[in-house]
Order: sequence, then structure tokens, then C-alpha cells
Amino acid sequence: MLLQERKDLFLMAIFSFVVLSAPILFQPIGAGYPDLLQKFAIYGIFAIGFNILFGLTGYLSFGHAAFLGIGSYAAVWSFKLFTMNVVPAIFLSVIAAGLFAALIGFVSLRRSGIYFSILTLAFAQMSYSLAYSVLTPITNGETGLQVRALLKEGQTRGLLDADIRVIDSFFGVEEFGIPITNFFGLKMSGWEGFYFCAIILIIAFFISLKIFRSDFGLMLRAIKSNQNRLNYTGINTRPYLLVAFMISGMYAGLAGSLLAVTDPLAGAERMQWTASGEVVLMTILGGAGTLIGPLIGAGIIKYLEQIFSSINNYVLFTFFDFLPVELQVLVTKLTSLFVGEGWELTLGLMFMIVVVFLPGGVVEGINRIMGLFHKRKRKEDTTTNHKAQPAE
Amino acid sequence: MSQNNIVLSVADVSKRFGGLNALSDVDLQIEEGTVHAIIGPNGAGKSTLLNVCVGRIKPDEGHVIFDGEILDRHKPHEINQLGVARVFQTPEIFPDLSLLHNVMLPALAKRDGAFKFNAWVGLERENALRQEAEHILEDVNLYDERMQEAASLSRGNKRRLELAMGLIQKPRLLLLDEPTAGMARHDTNRTIDLLKKLKARGMTKVIIEHDMHVVFSLADKISVLAQGQIIAEGTPQEVRGNPKVQEAYLGGAH
Repeated sequence: MLLQERKDLFLMAIFSFVVLSAPILFQPIGAGYPDLLQKFAIYGIFAIGFNILFGLTGYLSFGHAAFLGIGSYAAVWSFKLFTMNVVPAIFLSVIAAGLFAALIGFVSLRRSGIYFSILTLAFAQMSYSLAYSVLTPITNGETGLQVRALLKEGQTRGLLDADIRVIDSFFGVEEFGIPITNFFGLKMSGWEGFYFCAIILIIAFFISLKIFRSDFGLMLRAIKSNQNRLNYTGINTRPYLLVAFMISGMYAGLAGSLLAVTDPLAGAERMQWTASGEVVLMTILGGAGTLIGPLIGAGIIKYLEQIFSSINNYVLFTFFDFLPVELQVLVTKLTSLFVGEGWELTLGLMFMIVVVFLPGGVVEGINRIMGLFHKRKRKEDTTTNHKAQPAE
Repeated sequence: MSQNNIVLSVADVSKRFGGLNALSDVDLQIEEGTVHAIIGPNGAGKSTLLNVCVGRIKPDEGHVIFDGEILDRHKPHEINQLGVARVFQTPEIFPDLSLLHNVMLPALAKRDGAFKFNAWVGLERENALRQEAEHILEDVNLYDERMQEAASLSRGNKRRLELAMGLIQKPRLLLLDEPTAGMARHDTNRTIDLLKKLKARGMTKVIIEHDMHVVFSLADKISVLAQGQIIAEGTPQEVRGNPKVQEAYLGGAH
């Protein structure tokens, strides 16, 4: 086996180990429960996919939330029409997101740079508005699309208010009230739900690793480096970009379907531009163009969101109990701006600090620290060599 | 030297930029296996002519025909796939990639065509391609730097890297835009030696060059371009003695 492949195998082993033992590893920081870990995994998949486009080709899409939303809608429709089994839902979502990405990509990729970003943003906002207005029969508008109880005989209700689940009905699956999603009978809630997402995350990461190391990945990196030169080298860059765009759209669709698996409802707000912006932040914060960076970024943002948004004034006030009362009130008032509803302020600050001081994201930070460590080690080596030299 | 096969023919090409006639009725025949130099004072239209050949600029009139194909109707990547490679005046490389990858990319383009979705075969498994790339890098004296990022190279080395990128495709026609401009004398000589070595391999080349030393040591045939027109053509000896050429370079340029 070749050196790089052996390294990658090792990386995959470590990665799988960390993901699968996350419930124990993340216990000390208070993140060892399924809901949050599931969120890490799902947004991790979203960011890994986004990175295939942005990290490798440099094309910054500001509309990836559209694919996330489409994934969710497709999954919920699969639950409503066919079965509560998650497998068809995931397939449908990925295919739907891929087709939609082909359409948006075909138009948007005619431009590059800021124009490309604006085009994708426009498309995503269009999808968002459509989901709220014209497409209400499909999306159920503001209420959002939900899984309902089965349509009973004699009832005349629309598909938005009652489900048919033809496959489940065919196999005579019994339902009491509103059913839970399952993987061939295994209920997708609690730890089972997390492990399902975790295994999909590992597969998604493996595919991304393969792309990074392949001829295709080199082409994408060359597009980022000098697209014009690549054209004169005999490469038609447009189809490469379109495929990269579709793959990252499919990753987003996958993430969207997993959101629906954990909580079977889909709303238009998932397609809003803030959601598109969030995945950009995750990728840059962790380190765009690196394998693991986007995942780290997704983890950090979702973790801090959980922590900061749950802090309220009372918690702050008791935290600053050691201060004199006047100061306690003032400090509580000031810091309360950065927590709870205002946690995005913290996120913004953090993002600014990272972009200014560590443009390569957290991964660059880690590399720098490792670099310092190596340098010191090398220095020691050379000094010992130096001492040894006179003896020769 | 074969006198028969015309690889590239430029037929009555004209190009205007606003009021400036960059090229007017240029006719040019490039024979297979020759090194054809295009010289001329600054602003004579040399680079425009090369840009027309690779599809960067569309001619207003006339056509460029390569091997029976009308090049000006093709896109840049199609022109390359037909067998015309180009080395640019300002080095156009992939600055973020290693030298090895810089050279492997054009080789991939040659092997797999303009588009091939190959996400499963690792780059590391492309042994044949990598060996080929390493050979070319040896030829241009950049083998030791092969794992470095291309951005770290000196300007002269970047140009040699780009030359390697053109050479690895073994194009039927290689267009070189001032391959030695900005190089120190000993670097220039090394590049000339390299190009001479390649000449023996029978690759057709068109060279645009300022440096007469380079031109006269390499070219089989020279065309002189001045104010968008070909004013003289012939072997180096013929051109050297042509009074029109002397005028263009010494008198007419003022």
C-alpha cells in the first residue's frame, strides 16, 4: 500500500474512533447527549460538502441552505407518502438536491467571483420566498411540512393534513398516533438516532477524502489556483465545477434529510440566507480547503450556540455574584448582550478574530502550534548534531 | 528539413483595437518540424497574433487553420486538445500547487481529455504520469524542487516550469511567447540549450522573441512583423540582410 493511502487509512481509523466514541469523549464539556451530537454530525456533513465546492474550487456559494431545505422537504414527503423508513427518504433527498443543484449550478456557474455568490444567494432567496408563497401546497407555508397520522377511510383531508404511507400500509405496519422515523424497524431517536447520523458522517467524510486525493480533486484545486490557465491546458473547467457544485448540493440535501430524520418536519426558514451564511462561517472558521476543518468549525459553532444561547440574565447575575452589587448589575447588563438571543454577536466577534489573526481557521492554528513544536525539536536535533561534529 | 507539410496557416487575419490596426492581412505558414520565429519591434502585433492562434482573441477577418480545423471557431480548451499548446509571456502556472502537480495537470488533460470525472483513483496511483512529469522536470532542471509550491519559484524558474507544462503534452505545435524574457544570460543559455535539445525531437514551434541571440540560435525560419504586417520572411541569413528589417528596427520604429 502506498504511503499516502496508509496515512489516510490511519486518519479514517482515528476519525471513526473519535466520532463513534463522541458520547464519552464529549462528556466532560457537557456535549455528551444525543441531540447535540446529532447536530454536530449533521452540520458537519453540510460543512464537509460545502467545503468540496468552496474549499477546493474557491467558488463561494451563498445559497447552500436552499439544498438543505429541499433535502428536508423531500425527506418529509417521503415519510408522508411512502414510509417512515429513513432509507428512501435519504435517497430521495439526495437526488432532489442534486437535480436542483444541477439547475442552479448550470446558471450560476456562468459567472465567477462575487457574481457567482450573488447569483446563488438570489436563487436561495427565491426558493425561500417560493416555499412561503406559491409552493404552499407542497411546503405548507409558514406552518411547515409535518408528518401526520394516517388518512382514515371515509376522511376527506388533504395530503398536508393526513398521510398515506403506501409502503408502510402495504406491509401492514401498525401506527399509533404520529409515528417515529425508523431504519428497518430501529427507531431513530436518542442514541440510535445519533449513531445513524455518525455512520453517515463517517461515510461522507470518507467520500470527501477520496475526492481530495483524486485526479478530480486536483482539477478542482487547479481551478482555484488559476482557472484561466487550466482552460489553456486543455481542460473544460465548466463541467468540473458543475459536478463539484452538484456533489456539495447533494451533501447539503443529505444533511437536510437527516434533520428531518431526527425531527420529521421541514420549514422554509431552513432555506433562509442566514442558514447559508452559517455554513460559510463554519467552513472558514474551521479552515476552508482542509479535510477536517469544516467539521471542526461546525462543531464549534453548534456547541457555542448551545452554550451561549441557553445562558440567561439570571445565570449571568449569579455568575458575577462575587462583584459588588452595582458592578454586578452593570456587568450582567453588558455581558447579556452576548448571550441568549444575542449569541450571534459572540459568533460575529469570534469570526472576526479568526479571519484577522488566523485566516486559515482553526486548522491553521493547530498547524502553527505543531510547527512551533517541531521547530523546537529540530533545533534540539541540530544542537546535538553540532556537538557531535567535532568528534569526527 | 521537410518542405511540404503545413501545420498552421494564418490566412488574411486582421484585428483592430479601436483605431489601431493590430494585425492587417497577416499571412503565415508554419511548416511541420520547424522552429519558426516571429520577431518585430514593440507593438508590432506579435502577442496579438499568438492570442488569435490560441483562441484568446477572435480575429475580425481571416482564419487560423491548424491541421484542417479553423481554430478561431474553437474554445481555448478545444484548441489545446487539438494539439496546440502555449507558453505565456508572464508565467501562467498554478501557484498553490506543487511543481509536480503543475506538470501532471497538462499530462492529465492530454490523457483524459477535456473532462473526466475520476474521483476514485488516487493521484498517488498515477505512477506513469508522475514518472513522465519527473522526467520533464529533470529536463528543465527543476527536479529537486518538485515538491515545492510553484509560487515559491523565481521568475526564471516559473517560466521554465511553464515550458515543462507545455512540453509534457507533446503538442504538435508549441507556441512560445518570449520564453527567455526577464532571464539572466546564463538562464537564457540554458533555455536555449533545452529548446535545441527538443528541436531534435521534432516538435513544431513558434517563438516570439525580442532577443536576437535566441532567435538566431534556434530559428529555421523568421517572419518579421511591423505595425501589424509581415514585412519580411526567410531563413535567418536572408532576414539579417534585409534592408526593410533594418529599417523597421532602426529607423521605422521612431
